[in-house]
Amino acid sequence: MTRKRRRLYVVVLCMTALFSAAALVLTAFEDNLVFFYSPSDLATKGLAGERRIRIGGLVEEGSVLRDGSTTIRFRVTDLQTALPVVFNGILPDLFREGQGVVAEGRMGPNGVFTATEVLAKHDENYMPPEVAEALKKAGHWQDGMAK
Amino acid sequence: MMESLVSFFAMGGYYAYVWPAYGLAAVVLGGLLVVSLRALRVRQAEVDRLEGGGRRRRAGGGGA
Amino acid sequence: MTVSLHRFANPARFLKIAALVLPWASGLTVGLLGLGLYLGLVASPPDYQQGESVRIMYVHVPAAWMAMFVYSVIAVASATALIWRHPLADLVAQASSPIGACFTFLCLVTGSLWGKPMWGTWWMWDARMTSVLILFFLYLGHMSLSKAFDDPVRGAKAASVLALVGVVNLPIIKFSVDWWNTLHQPASVMRLDGPTIDGSMLTPLLLMALAFTMYYVALLILRVRAEMLDRKLRTARLAAVDAATVPAPAR
Repeated sequence: MTRKRRRLYVVVLCMTALFSAAALVLTAFEDNLVFFYSPSDLATKGLAGERRIRIGGLVEEGSVLRDGSTTIRFRVTDLQTALPVVFNGILPDLFREGQGVVAEGRMGPNGVFTATEVLAKHDENYMPPEVAEALKKAGHWQDGMAK
Repeated sequence: MMESLVSFFAMGGYYAYVWPAYGLAAVVLGGLLVVSLRALRVRQAEVDRLEGGGRRRRAGGGGA
Repeated sequence: MTVSLHRFANPARFLKIAALVLPWASGLTVGLLGLGLYLGLVASPPDYQQGESVRIMYVHVPAAWMAMFVYSVIAVASATALIWRHPLADLVAQASSPIGACFTFLCLVTGSLWGKPMWGTWWMWDARMTSVLILFFLYLGHMSLSKAFDDPVRGAKAASVLALVGVVNLPIIKFSVDWWNTLHQPASVMRLDGPTIDGSMLTPLLLMALAFTMYYVALLILRVRAEMLDRKLRTARLAAVDAATVPAPAR
């Protein structure tokens, strides 16, 4: 009985130590675990230059411009700062105005982000088209999104 | 009838992603079931053989 | 509590309960799977954004839940084995890990098949995907470690320690989408303010998840039985070797 109790204490102690260590490591590395930066991050931290980075935000409504062939220009916004992006390539199916987007590329000296890859990011809401339509009509769209 | 079947398999153009996902699930989960059943059967046969081949033969096999 | 656990850990009792549970679990797996597939593939509506591709969710999400659930079972079994030395605990852990590995593999591949058309990429090293890949490697490590020693008791012990260390990964998987910005969206079902999935899509999702759970229960019973026979064969073989090499003393 005492041996079992001792083994129980050892396991509990080890697990506590393990979880604390993991929490410390994750907190310490928090800044390096950033998958993408928001346009505001970019403006304040000044990450322009050589480094390939990812930016994320919403595709600003009415900002998408297709000049001729496959080149596309749009602005990524976090509702505070908007960042102009230029991209030459194939867009994912979910790329649309007002939707989330993650772009990988380099910040140009002219303040335009040149993306080499554009990925769509969707939110956690799933519903049939009719429900989405009804929500929009009833004016509850934002409530629905917030929930 | 035919049309609705075609549109079902087309999956709104996403057939190349939806069906492989379901097919793979069937193969992996079904395969694991088959492998597990076979392993169980092989071992059961081996145990039956060992117990049946012992000094005291049991009529029922591995009913212990 | 220890007494009841001990009683449950009795292999003969386990076989008795398992024989009762197995037909129910198998039947429920088939029934729930049939219903879930019908609702998921035929009767449920497409998504307002993702169209028909949303149907991948009905295998991807249950597989992901099972990947984490099976690992939790292994962790509890491992702790039980290390602390209380229950004879069944190691068997449950070792019988579970190939099942969990399969679910994790399914989760990763179906996620990839979903990510390509929707996000535009098969794979991205974001926190959610990377932590699930680590879970897959933990399963593989657990499977090989338990078979890596000549002495199965040492193998089981090493595997149990690995399983417990890997538990740290579970909250990381779950909360990765909240703690860091990821390509993967936050949770839709298991969230404090209720699901953000329409009922017509939530029903097939939960049915499929239940079907996968019943499949796990049925398969676990089959695999634990096989592991039990394995131990039996091993002791029988060892006894045979002993009898052949050392002249048995008269008892």
